[in-house]
Amino acid sequence: MSATAHASGHSDTLPGRLREATGESVFNCYQCGKCTAGCPLAAEMDYAPNQIVRLLQLGLPELEEEALRALSIWLCLTCETCAARCPQEVDLPRIMEYLRQQSLARGVVHPKAKDILAFHEAFLATIKRGGRLHEVGLISSYKLKTGHFFQDVLLAPKLFFRGKLKPLPHAIPGQADVARIFDRTDRAPDAPLPHGRGSEGQGNHT
Amino acid sequence: MKIGFFPGCSLEGSSREYNESLHAIAPLLGVELTEVPDWNCCGASAAHSLNHKLALALPARSLALAEKSGLDELLVPCSACYSRLAITRHELLENDALRSEITKIIELPFTGRTKVLSVLDVFGRCASNGLKDKVRTPFGQKVACYYGCYLTRPEKITTCARPEDPREMDDIVKVVGAEPINWAFKVECCGAGFSVSRLDTVAELSGRIVHDAAARGAQAIVVACPMCHTNLDLRRDSIERTRQQKYALPVLYISQVIGLALGLGERQLGLHRHHVPVRLGSVAPANSVAPANSRCPTPVAADVPAALGSAGASPSPGGSPAQEKEA
Repeated sequence: MSATAHASGHSDTLPGRLREATGESVFNCYQCGKCTAGCPLAAEMDYAPNQIVRLLQLGLPELEEEALRALSIWLCLTCETCAARCPQEVDLPRIMEYLRQQSLARGVVHPKAKDILAFHEAFLATIKRGGRLHEVGLISSYKLKTGHFFQDVLLAPKLFFRGKLKPLPHAIPGQADVARIFDRTDRAPDAPLPHGRGSEGQGNHT
Repeated sequence: MKIGFFPGCSLEGSSREYNESLHAIAPLLGVELTEVPDWNCCGASAAHSLNHKLALALPARSLALAEKSGLDELLVPCSACYSRLAITRHELLENDALRSEITKIIELPFTGRTKVLSVLDVFGRCASNGLKDKVRTPFGQKVACYYGCYLTRPEKITTCARPEDPREMDDIVKVVGAEPINWAFKVECCGAGFSVSRLDTVAELSGRIVHDAAARGAQAIVVACPMCHTNLDLRRDSIERTRQQKYALPVLYISQVIGLALGLGERQLGLHRHHVPVRLGSVAPANSVAPANSRCPTPVAADVPAALGSAGASPSPGGSPAQEKEA
């Protein structure tokens, strides 16, 4: 790959596909490290936020793979502190979001992210079923997915007696409409979005 | 002021006191709330972690339903929902191709006519429009206004004038007689969506927030987000275990602070539903704690007598167990 093709984010590379899908270019980053300095989760990450960007900047497939396998992309809470402070206006939370979706699609999710992923999946499953979140349903299915049966068992009665737990779910009238939204977006979770700055309609929509 | 209302899922469950207090004070403030019929979950962090299109389509449906009901403005009290709805509206208005794709998915028209407002937007209007005259019992406490992430960031969505040191909530609580303190953790993240999946992380991040507020003499933390409330209030036991220190500092929704000042009762405002007891009448001098965290940027004089009320187990004023542990 030529240096020019690399720097512009050639569509064969992960940065190129990222740019097509989100309009974000990792080559805007000059590695000042401000994102990492402000990140509340940086201390727990395997790669600091600026290092994730660095892995993508170098143009080496094995490093791009490393970014997709990183725990960091799952620890990002989208608090937006990095984006607010970036002198180059790189939307790092959006990049992390894209990497998570790629990581999931490729089946290379970091093993330590399994609880986080289980929570997200349990959350979305309850929304698809009812249209709104049912907290008891969410916690039950999270426990079933992860085996953390005893976490927060002492909290449940407190919540119940304060009237904060609804034991039974009820679906909204438009539940079928919400479920249809899930079905229609499930087909291509990682396909490029039509984006003003990227090239449209070139994605893999299968 | 007639305004649309999108409560969000938390307000129907674990943060129902936020809902109760909002509905209790709205009529007193001359605000008429109309709930969006058949609204659905915004997808929260789960949707935009796993599927970007889903993260846009779910809020878009509720926005489209708000439009269909003829609502020009929509109050979204949960700041996570607020962020998802406001970002979706922004992205769909910016990008015609995306808008047509999402409207096909939701099978509803979307024009973006309904504007998305946070509680700070709405209470800010009230504050500059006669709220002061309605105050019956000024709040009269030192409070740490905690904004968290989504009321201020991203700046292009929230149009917050000072995203690193916002003042909107401080200005509102001043009108009802509270004394907002200067502190360092106004916009730091509480751990948000990791409340279940990474409790240790939440205890660490939220612990710093509670600690700084207490160390600087706040008598209450004021929030405008159910997730912030959960992490600072419901998760207090984990915070105390992590920091090896007790904190009696209650966490109130801004609607509860306004409600108390308007003379409403504690039960009407759902104060009895909190995990950390709210005993404002008897709040002793501010909680005294020494700076235990090396990341806490400001040295705090621990000259206030330790007074943690009935929570007990106060730290010694000069040093902190957490500090010793770290050393």
